[in-house]
Amino acid sequence: MASEIKSSVVDPLIDNNPITLQVLGVCSALAVTTNMMAALIMSIALTTVTAFSSAIISSIRNHIPSSIRIIVQMTIIASLVIVVDQLLKAYAYEASKQLSVFVGLIITNCIVLGRAEAYAMKNPPILSFFDGIGNGLGYSLILMVVAFFRELLGTGKLFGHTIIPVANEGGWYIPNGLMLLPPSAFFVIGLLIWLIRSLKKEQVEPADYQIHQVHRTEVL
Amino acid sequence: MAETNKKQGMIASILSLPNDDPKKTIIVAFLLCLVCSVLVSTSAVMFKPLQLANKEADIKKNILAVTGLLDESSDINTLFERFEVKVIDLETGNYSDIDPASYDQRKASGDPEQSIKLSAEQNIANIGRRAKLAKIYLLKENNSLKQVVLPVHGYGLWSTLYGFVSLEADFNTIGGLQFYSHAETPGLGGEVDNPKWRKQWQGKKAFNESGELKIEVIRGHVDFQVAGAEHQVDGLSGATLTSRGVSNLVNFWLGNDGFGPYLKKMSEMEK
Repeated sequence: MASEIKSSVVDPLIDNNPITLQVLGVCSALAVTTNMMAALIMSIALTTVTAFSSAIISSIRNHIPSSIRIIVQMTIIASLVIVVDQLLKAYAYEASKQLSVFVGLIITNCIVLGRAEAYAMKNPPILSFFDGIGNGLGYSLILMVVAFFRELLGTGKLFGHTIIPVANEGGWYIPNGLMLLPPSAFFVIGLLIWLIRSLKKEQVEPADYQIHQVHRTEVL
Repeated sequence: MAETNKKQGMIASILSLPNDDPKKTIIVAFLLCLVCSVLVSTSAVMFKPLQLANKEADIKKNILAVTGLLDESSDINTLFERFEVKVIDLETGNYSDIDPASYDQRKASGDPEQSIKLSAEQNIANIGRRAKLAKIYLLKENNSLKQVVLPVHGYGLWSTLYGFVSLEADFNTIGGLQFYSHAETPGLGGEVDNPKWRKQWQGKKAFNESGELKIEVIRGHVDFQVAGAEHQVDGLSGATLTSRGVSNLVNFWLGNDGFGPYLKKMSEMEK
């Protein structure tokens, strides 16, 4: 049990990362990674929602009719997201203002539903809970790395503190405005996937099809 | 399922039904909705007072910030006592005797009784309707007016931006601009919250010598050599539509369909 818990938490960090290997949850990874604070709060919110939704779904998995199972999962996820949103508005007002609509959009994050459908429906609650934590952390890790590069190169800051003095405040660094735009997150995530897959060759997917020479006989 | 067999009664009989039985499907769906709705409404009701308090404190904080009074070490409520809250009639520019505490401008904007419909030419801030009355905040020092804080709102790219503009006692020089609620793209349009950008508004003139409304957010950087730079503010890079929205909403609210009549009246009184 203990080793299973450990592997369900550790595996999604690099080896089975929801963003870089499964390529899920990319939408919010583009949207909330312009600064590290927003990315951190989004990470905590998503990890909490994934862990609890997996645990709840797993605990009633034997009684979920298969014809309405996705709706059941979505209802549970949506309720949890609303509760998290209300909590943030009550106790972390500034942060919730910054994240605005993106907390609500956790409902549509593929990682949450993906874990519910792929793991929680077949495994016991405690394992599912830790699987949710693990996948949430895997998502958080990528978010923080992307936000690190975007905030540092886009504004010269980290967590709002100036690291590199930027030109229009009297420093030397001219911030790269592209880093604040969503496409830059694609570049950073793409480079990350490249880096991880060149270090871990087993993550490289086989080509979908092979172009081969067509012989005249085959055409006829 | 050994454990369910031990239990007696309805629950056990429902649980023991096959999962694809229509009866069980409906019962599971119903119970799930019940539990989830109780959960959601409990959290909404439980956190409401805290959220409202946060919102109110946030508005006060923004009013203080826009006038430059915000001081982290002091209590917001004591600082806020220096303001006199008034309700004015936007059309005539006169003070109204409605109790400011009971008036909610945001609610009134949606009420056909308490608001007017804006025509297409008037509707530059893209808000559709405008409340007849507005709540303003006067900052006085030794009985002379220092600043007046006006609530403004208008559409940016994704959302309606709600905020405050403060004007100095000449009813022309801008003391500050601050938004307390919006959902613009973080890092791009969301930079309307950037203190450096907001600082640019300080000291800008809303009107020129002949009393025409000139203030605008331009594209790119303001060239201070050019005449009229005192009416211009840098656009936000990567956020053309938000910048345009801010420009429009400031123009709307300081213009004839907004606080124009009030401002005119007050600046004539000053003279």
